[in-house]
Amino acid sequence: MKGNYDKAFENVVRLRVMSILMVNEDFDFNSFKEILEVTDGNLASHLKNLEKAEYISVNKSFVGRKTMTTYKATSQGKKAFEDHLEFLENLIKENKI
Amino acid sequence: MRKPEQELAEIKAMMERSTRFLSLSGLSGILAGTYALIAAGLAYAWVYFPEMPYGSNISANRQENILEKLLLAGAIVLLLSIGTAWFMSQSKSKKKAHKFWTPASKRFIQALFIPVVVGGIFCLALLSRGHFGIVAPATLIFYGLGLLNASTYTLNEIKYLGYCQLVLGVISAFFPGYGLILWSIGFGVLHIIYGSMMYYKYDR
Repeated sequence: MKGNYDKAFENVVRLRVMSILMVNEDFDFNSFKEILEVTDGNLASHLKNLEKAEYISVNKSFVGRKTMTTYKATSQGKKAFEDHLEFLENLIKENKI
Repeated sequence: MRKPEQELAEIKAMMERSTRFLSLSGLSGILAGTYALIAAGLAYAWVYFPEMPYGSNISANRQENILEKLLLAGAIVLLLSIGTAWFMSQSKSKKKAHKFWTPASKRFIQALFIPVVVGGIFCLALLSRGHFGIVAPATLIFYGLGLLNASTYTLNEIKYLGYCQLVLGVISAFFPGYGLILWSIGFGVLHIIYGSMMYYKYDR
């Protein structure tokens, strides 16, 4: 079967993070927190996880005195996400037959 | 593992929600159109009363301060419309349990208001140099461009509202005597039609 079910996207928070990063060039931590409605710790651990898999890259910058952490999908991450999508689509097609 | 259909729906919803501002209220469009029609009625009375032949040239000296009155009416309509849209969209996003202030809503506002603000300043310049006849078409055209620009960041249908404003703007640029009536169609009637369509489609 084509595509690949990626364990990294098994968790719904990570799946959502990656969906957002596929259509936004970058996205910051607080905006993730708002849109996903998760706690700091929970979000941070999932982001760390994706970062370790090298699916996303992290960039820290200063806005005034506050740090702003923004995230981007790496090309490796985008590829993995597309494979994951392909897998899901094929799964649906097969189930219909 | 979740069902694949569910998973795809989840992905799609997240992509939409993170890029588009979906809380724009239809009802606020209807109200904005109503304000514009009231203001256009007042303007009509100020400019043309007591002789009412439509499309004849404006004799601007008939009343003193008519330009100031028209500008004031326009500014009030603008502020009321923005205020209404702001307030009603905020309550819509609360009702749907969406965040109002997101990167998507910021991008939407930026995309809409850059052409609109530049257009507004440009119209003030036109007025100050005495080109009264071209102000109504200019407001329609800049607003239409703003809507078109913002359509990537909100409900896609707003694009058609933008096209209609552009068509009206271009027509009224060639028929200066009909500026007021085309302006009322664009900012009044079209807003009401668009607002009610969006209300029935998404808000109920």
